[in-house]
Amino acid sequence: MNDTPAPNPEVDVATETEAQRTARFERDAMQYLDQLYSAAMRMTRNPADAEDLVQETFAKAFAAFHQFRPGTNLKAWLYRILTNTYINSYRAKQRRPDERQLDEVEDFYLYRRIGAVEEAMAARSAEDELMDLFTDDEVKSALDSLPEQFRLAVYLADVEEFSYKEIAEILDIPIGTVMSRLHRGRKAMQKELYEFAVQRGLTTPVEQGPGASGDGAEREHQHTHG
Amino acid sequence: MDDCEEILREIYPYLDASLSEGAREEIQHHLDDCLDCLHVYDFHAELRIVIARKCKEQSVPPGLLARVQDCLGMEPTNPPPMAREA
Repeated sequence: MNDTPAPNPEVDVATETEAQRTARFERDAMQYLDQLYSAAMRMTRNPADAEDLVQETFAKAFAAFHQFRPGTNLKAWLYRILTNTYINSYRAKQRRPDERQLDEVEDFYLYRRIGAVEEAMAARSAEDELMDLFTDDEVKSALDSLPEQFRLAVYLADVEEFSYKEIAEILDIPIGTVMSRLHRGRKAMQKELYEFAVQRGLTTPVEQGPGASGDGAEREHQHTHG
Repeated sequence: MDDCEEILREIYPYLDASLSEGAREEIQHHLDDCLDCLHVYDFHAELRIVIARKCKEQSVPPGLLARVQDCLGMEPTNPPPMAREA
């Protein structure tokens, strides 16, 4: 995603009055309340903590708003405050920080197991299939199951559609680390989703998905669509 | 770069719109010609849409906006939840 241009780039932060700054904050920043709450839910996994986290984030952002450079990416700036607030206030409360590592999961884990099934139903789009296959709670819970460092990266990329560079800035980690967290986090999340599909009897468990020994694309047969 | 394996390694960076123009075009050309890779791409593009849609909180607590506005000393823009229910 590119930085969104400020709606009012000619604002002079040095000379604006407090009332003007408040109005600018209300106009530009408050619109992200719902999105920040959604992100806070995935961080804290608890509505009461998520509300507190959002309130604290807005309080800090408001207090620091004179430091925000108009014309730069306000959404990413708010997410960075959200993340820092979460790490400093909420995670500190946990006795042990969530630093679990992830097991190695093969590439295209879910596709290799349900891609072929879903493909057979060519009359419907894959999106409809997948949309119906998992409930909201299952998808959230698959994301929630990831260790924090992976969960945040996947959330910021897949749900909020931040670029690697923006995620690197928000989480204060190198771009290479963003990419490796995404790579591993997404595979682990797919594995969780597959477990749900198996539990509900939506698919039969397989030891090795089709093509699992080689590469996902190198199938013997040709796929025909429509 | 015509090898499926190499293309598939770049599928997520491609989906994440973080490839250079040249690399993006190479993937696009490959997907135009290779149904197998196209299907892998479609699956993951659609999985991503499903994840994005299902991971967003449908309902933000009704009092949250007022609570934040109050904390920042702003005038409430929404009626309080009690009034809305009435």
